[in-house]
Amino acid sequence: MAYAHARRVLPGFGLSLGFTLAYLSLIVLIPLSAVFIKSAGMGWQAFLDAATGPRVVASYKLSFGTSLLAAAINVVFGLLLAWGLVRYTFPGKKLVDALIDLPFALPTAVAGIALTAIYAKNGWVGQLFEPFGIKIAFTPIGILIALIFIGLPFIVRTVQPILEDLDAEFEEAAASLGATRLQTFRRVVFPTLLPALLTGFALAFARAVGEYGSVIFIAGNIPFVSEITPLMIITKLEQYDYEGATAVASVMLIVSFLLLLVINGLQAWTSRRTGREA
Amino acid sequence: MAGAVAARLGAPNSGSATRFEANLATRDLPWVKYAVLGLGLAYFALFLLLPLIAVFVEAFRKGWNAYIAALTEPDALSAIRLTLLAAAISVPLNLIFGVAAAWSIAKFDFPGKHLLITFIDLPFSVSPVVAGLIYVLIFGAQGWIGPWLSAHDIKVIFAVPGIVLATIFVTFPFVARELIPLMQAQGRDEEEAAVTLGASGLQTFWRVTLPNIKWALLYGVILCNARAMGEFGAVSVVSGHIRGETNTMPLHVEILYNEYQFAAAFAVASLLALLALVTLAVKTYIEWRASQVAPEEKTS
Repeated sequence: MAYAHARRVLPGFGLSLGFTLAYLSLIVLIPLSAVFIKSAGMGWQAFLDAATGPRVVASYKLSFGTSLLAAAINVVFGLLLAWGLVRYTFPGKKLVDALIDLPFALPTAVAGIALTAIYAKNGWVGQLFEPFGIKIAFTPIGILIALIFIGLPFIVRTVQPILEDLDAEFEEAAASLGATRLQTFRRVVFPTLLPALLTGFALAFARAVGEYGSVIFIAGNIPFVSEITPLMIITKLEQYDYEGATAVASVMLIVSFLLLLVINGLQAWTSRRTGREA
Repeated sequence: MAGAVAARLGAPNSGSATRFEANLATRDLPWVKYAVLGLGLAYFALFLLLPLIAVFVEAFRKGWNAYIAALTEPDALSAIRLTLLAAAISVPLNLIFGVAAAWSIAKFDFPGKHLLITFIDLPFSVSPVVAGLIYVLIFGAQGWIGPWLSAHDIKVIFAVPGIVLATIFVTFPFVARELIPLMQAQGRDEEEAAVTLGASGLQTFWRVTLPNIKWALLYGVILCNARAMGEFGAVSVVSGHIRGETNTMPLHVEILYNEYQFAAAFAVASLLALLALVTLAVKTYIEWRASQVAPEEKTS
């Protein structure tokens, strides 16, 4: 370190780092700390009452449950899509590859109303299920659909580069040793992909837990049935219950920080397993 | 080095499929191929393609005249103006921040660098609703400096400044996270050579650094812009939904939709969808450029 300081030839260290730290503190760190400072000022009992009220707990169960399920479904189909995009040629491949990122680029409110229109009982897909008495929009299934939409690119985009880098040699060796394709996939390919799949799962889950825009239109927002946790914060804010909103927000922030740690660990594992910068 | 850039950008390696399909050891049976493609693409069509098509079909349900009318009524125009304004402020600020952060992190050594990178990524893991709430806690009527602001007749929450702040927060990491890994991979040799040869700091940045990072910079900027114009949750918390004053395009879509003006809601939504498609097109072009540049630089 001392050596590096001694031969620092480039200018602008103080200016660039100073600006970075000041801007980071003003926009992100100080405002985020407001949540914890406000929570700490509430007193433990008031905090607990606000953060663990029955309606809030129902929203935790719904948010975490649907987020887990959506991420799990996306892992399966995201892997199929990534595999198809890397290993096969098919017409329209470039277009599909480009549109995978649509959920990153499409505003969440637009996705929300479009999904609602499709999965409502008179919508393109909803009317196919209506005769069987299955309602999708305005139920937890609708929430699941929205979370699948926003989570898909996380899985595809973490697995795809690993698949592209995968050397054919390992599969050649497995084949020449008499392994079937299925055995090769299970024993050779899948273990290499596993850290990336888990990273994608965690990223999709983290995004889904906090998601708001694409969900509220399709959710129906019925207390104890289809109210997600971010909506609970909004509801409490609209009732001027700032303390309640802050308590729920601090629970969500702690979950976000824990997930961030998990994701960092998974990314380190991915780069160790594949020798690739995550 | 530049190959890492192309791979990081997720550039599709053209012809890679044939590489796997030509090799007996990596070739799947035809039925496996068609099953994987069939399932994967059906899923893609159902969850991604269908919503995109639905936006445009619903937008034109009442015809071209109703579509134009929905986009040119005063509230829609004011929402479009506010969205453009929020993006015009937040994108340049986050661009300057991204360059400064990447310059300090990639070109110098200092303790706590890893923690700093983690902090920069933080806004991505925070729920948009919480992002809005934090500014209410500071600038709101009951917030830290709320009383001082109201005494001086300054409005932040339920006004334009709050919307801009929330937009800056949610788009905070976009440019920085594209530039930091790229500039770290590029190292310091070229800049150090330039400075040693007598170039000023600014000359070094314009002539040496900027040409090296321009595609990643553009990449970060267009993603930042797409998010800035499309942000809903965070902006919704701080906006107050005052028609013609604090409504951005996504909030205007919500209001129209909740008033059962579906065709109008989808008309405004179709503009945002168009923005998303342009963003994806530019992104794909940049990735293609990066994959074209990579082999040239490897040989030189």
